[in-house]
Amino acid sequence: MPTANLTTNVRRSGSTAIIDIRGEVTGFAEDALMGAYSEASENGTKAIILNFSDLDYLNSSGIGLLVTMLIRTQRQKQKLIACGLSEHYVEIFKLTRLDEAIGIYATEAESLAAAG
Amino acid sequence: MEKHEHEHEHQVKESGWASPVDHLHVGDVSAEAINLNVEGRKLSGVVRGFGQMWQKTYKVRLSGLEKAPEEVIETWRTHFPEFWPEGNRLFIPLTGIKPGEVGVINLKAPGGLKLSTGIMVIFSDATSFSFMTPEGHMFAGMITFSAFEEDGDPVAQIQALIRANDPLYEMSFRAGVGHKIEDEFWKGTLANLAARFQVSNPQVTQNNILVDPRMQWKEWRNIFKNAGIRSSLYMPVVIFKRVFRRK
Repeated sequence: MPTANLTTNVRRSGSTAIIDIRGEVTGFAEDALMGAYSEASENGTKAIILNFSDLDYLNSSGIGLLVTMLIRTQRQKQKLIACGLSEHYVEIFKLTRLDEAIGIYATEAESLAAAG
Repeated sequence: MEKHEHEHEHQVKESGWASPVDHLHVGDVSAEAINLNVEGRKLSGVVRGFGQMWQKTYKVRLSGLEKAPEEVIETWRTHFPEFWPEGNRLFIPLTGIKPGEVGVINLKAPGGLKLSTGIMVIFSDATSFSFMTPEGHMFAGMITFSAFEEDGDPVAQIQALIRANDPLYEMSFRAGVGHKIEDEFWKGTLANLAARFQVSNPQVTQNNILVDPRMQWKEWRNIFKNAGIRSSLYMPVVIFKRVFRRK
């Protein structure tokens, strides 16, 4: 089975956690992505920002993982925000209607402002 | 040079997605298709469904088959409707399963009824392709067909991330009827795919995960677009047209 080609890094800014995503978000990235989410959720996190600036590839299984993460954040009453998406991937969020549930901002600074 | 190659690879990968659409438009499909509940509808993402969210994964190991996952997917994609269980039809344009294409589905329903709904191909690459469903479909969500290698054998997989689209569908799933129909459908599809590759005694496995046990009550109005209800109401018209076409 192919292995994940994704690395993540979790940073904090107050009660907001930022997950830097580097590489490919596919079905094989589940452990890496959900591990990063668990780490980001510690210590009463109120908002999670997914920083897609270094995203190389996102397929439909990857979209499925983002949906699963969205549900987890909703259960924890956390906001889920995305930033750094290329125009192409913003279109994909629109196609899959994820843009109706995940706030999309161009920059990390805008995302942090929206996270409150 | 390396950067150029990387950019090229990136562009090829990116081209696997359809563009967003406001409303679906059915292209040239067979005149046999009962084309209801698709034209003009919006895509119904899992975010907009009503019922509990399930991730359902069906897998079959194609033991002994000496084909790469890419070859399995090529056959599956090219002959996709042929693997469906008997009595169920997918009508797709001649261009085939390509991102952006919209297909019409006529499903066998209880009482001899035909349920008319559809899909849009939202993604396709060398080892997978995905559909999203329109408003009124039984499920709001996405279904991905993929192939990969596991322990030296190719594996074909169907993974659905779905919610029942409205309260009526949710009731049928809670009663077990909807899930049973869905499970038999996709297990039958994988068994037919394995048979095409002459895999003997294929074992189809299933794994269900309840991703979200909550219902989204704000989406209850989806029932007004229920494809089952609308198909039932339209059946007398279909029969009438067919009788007069014969004369």
